[in-house]
Amino acid sequence: MTKLNVLNSKYDEKYGFSEPERFVLKTEKGLSEEVVRKISQIKKEPEWMLNIRLNALKIFNSKPMPEWGGDLSGIDFDRYTYFASSSEKTADSWDDVPEDIKRTFDRLGIPEAERKFLGGVGAQYESQTVYHKLREDLERQGVVFTDTDSAVKNYPDIVKKYFSKVVPAGDNKFAALNTAVWSGGSFIYIPDGVEVKIPLQAYFRINARNIGQFERTLIIVGKGAKVHYIEGCTAPTYSTDSLHAAVVEVVALEGAKVRYTTIQNWSSNVYNLVTKRAFAYKDSCVEWVDGNLGSKLTMKYPSVYLKGDGARADILSIAYAGDSQHQDAGGKVFHLASNTQSRIISKSISKGGGRSSYRGLVKVAQGAKDCTCTVQCDALLLDDVSRSDTYPSMQVDEESATIAHEASVGKVGDDQIFYLMQRGHSQSEALALIVLGFISDFTKELPMEYAVELKKLIQLEMEGSVA
Amino acid sequence: MRLEIRDLHVSVCKKKVLRGVNLCVEPGEFHAIMGPNGSGKSTLALTLAGHPDYVIEKGEILVDGESLLDMPPHKRALLGLFVCFQNPAEIDGVPLSKLLYSSAKLREPSLSILEFKKRLDKVCKTISVSPDFLERDVNLGFSGGEKKRAEVIQLLLSNPKFAVLDELDSGLDVDSLSVLSKAVNSLRGPEFSALIITHYDRILDILTPDKVHIMVDGKIVASGDANLAKEIESKGYASI
Repeated sequence: MTKLNVLNSKYDEKYGFSEPERFVLKTEKGLSEEVVRKISQIKKEPEWMLNIRLNALKIFNSKPMPEWGGDLSGIDFDRYTYFASSSEKTADSWDDVPEDIKRTFDRLGIPEAERKFLGGVGAQYESQTVYHKLREDLERQGVVFTDTDSAVKNYPDIVKKYFSKVVPAGDNKFAALNTAVWSGGSFIYIPDGVEVKIPLQAYFRINARNIGQFERTLIIVGKGAKVHYIEGCTAPTYSTDSLHAAVVEVVALEGAKVRYTTIQNWSSNVYNLVTKRAFAYKDSCVEWVDGNLGSKLTMKYPSVYLKGDGARADILSIAYAGDSQHQDAGGKVFHLASNTQSRIISKSISKGGGRSSYRGLVKVAQGAKDCTCTVQCDALLLDDVSRSDTYPSMQVDEESATIAHEASVGKVGDDQIFYLMQRGHSQSEALALIVLGFISDFTKELPMEYAVELKKLIQLEMEGSVA
Repeated sequence: MRLEIRDLHVSVCKKKVLRGVNLCVEPGEFHAIMGPNGSGKSTLALTLAGHPDYVIEKGEILVDGESLLDMPPHKRALLGLFVCFQNPAEIDGVPLSKLLYSSAKLREPSLSILEFKKRLDKVCKTISVSPDFLERDVNLGFSGGEKKRAEVIQLLLSNPKFAVLDELDSGLDVDSLSVLSKAVNSLRGPEFSALIITHYDRILDILTPDKVHIMVDGKIVASGDANLAKEIESKGYASI
């Protein structure tokens, strides 16, 4: 089997470009109280936010590196720059975005995508959001889509009420880190009863080397309201590692419906350690659609706390691990109220020595009656040197619960490849077709542009996999 | 397309299966190969398709004078060689329609979806399948008859120059056999040739062969016209 250098070279071609580093503001390397204070000061934050940060820093320092998942030994917290900004303010006209940043996003298809089908778009470059735009009709309905820094200034009451409540700083070391040094990210507020019919989108880009990106996203969906948020992420390819430690908090109030779609395609030297969690109240519905490609190590388990009767959770994730990559992904659901339903579908693909793990947790609390949960995790191995593991965990404290768990590990069959080749497909085309078939449940949930992009990415990945 | 096989020796898992096959199919001709179980008929089909497990020890396969031996399966397919399999593989998550379209695009990159739809509708009418069938995953949970239908749909849409039909008739009822063999027969023309592998002469009533070959123990032991098939049907292979 050929080594998968092709992956990186193709990534280079498409996303691996970088602009020269040019910072308006930047903290020194490493993490300290001084750095945290400086970030807060640069942002001219109110004291309550500074206090949240300083408290989180203490928690971060007190927590050991987690050892239950992927190998984090390559992370040296002193080596990263925790805040860097290439732009002084967030623009709401594309023309006002600095030229080099604009070039980057133009190459990535932003804001072309905005013109096409989006209700709003945000773009983050290093630590700062550089562009934000919401369609006027949505603005008139009271929809807020802005970066989280602006939200602290303009919507302090909402931020105070929800920030760090879904994912407290003490949840895990990287949530604490994010809470201490967070910058940028999306803030979305949908008033009661407002249905946003077109997706809102954000795009995150790391340009410089050895930088950390710590965006903080907070989404509040009012009673009976509806929204679909999409985010995409890339970084150029450097030989030294970058760190992406984001926190996403979602609150779905009674009867709300929210879908959060992510396609992450980091270069293969990014540590991608993300905490995503949603609170789902009565009769609400939260859907995580989560695609993980690239990165050196991803640890991400979107979770839903079903806190109100009749709430539903749907977690659909795919992970692709190539050479020297480890995707540790899955989902968590906590059934804390009666008649709640959840479904976790996880598909992983490992190739060229890559490793993918499914890590999942389903909990049904005592007193949460008649809950149903389905977990399905399927792994596909493309060769003999790749690896797949499953770490499912179930804690069911309620007899009336109905839980189904299915898991499978498969290898691409030689007979399948041969069959498709007889129909005219080259070996890599055949492999791509099989892989795309394997993740078709996921792909069909994506907006068309993203589905097409994912298909192209998979096809590129399969080239060069041929012996 | 002209197919010429010269002194072909093939082994599978180190076991010799074909022991010196000679065969020549001229453009426009239909040939039938009959023979008892285990005589090497399917091995011949899979060898022609280029299955990696079928090792050619000796001999030559020429298509219009060009050797197939070093050609990967998809290159052979793109030349116009189509093999209808007895046991086609299942492809999870890929609807038949998607396979058909992607395969067609490989042959005709400029093919529009509308033009493709038109051809597909026509083929579906010819062999009476419903559009629902096309949305099912390739061969997954298909009955024996449905698998054959799916193979023939692919054959008809692939613009073939040479078809190898490996027991198209097995597991088919009389009506389906008639529909599918008529559909294949509609391809008959000066450029299109076929090799029909079968146990029974029934399929040959419609796909009338120019020549019939009897294969026993990895060799062609007898060749003749369509009457040879009738003879086998009444007297069995022991008579050869």
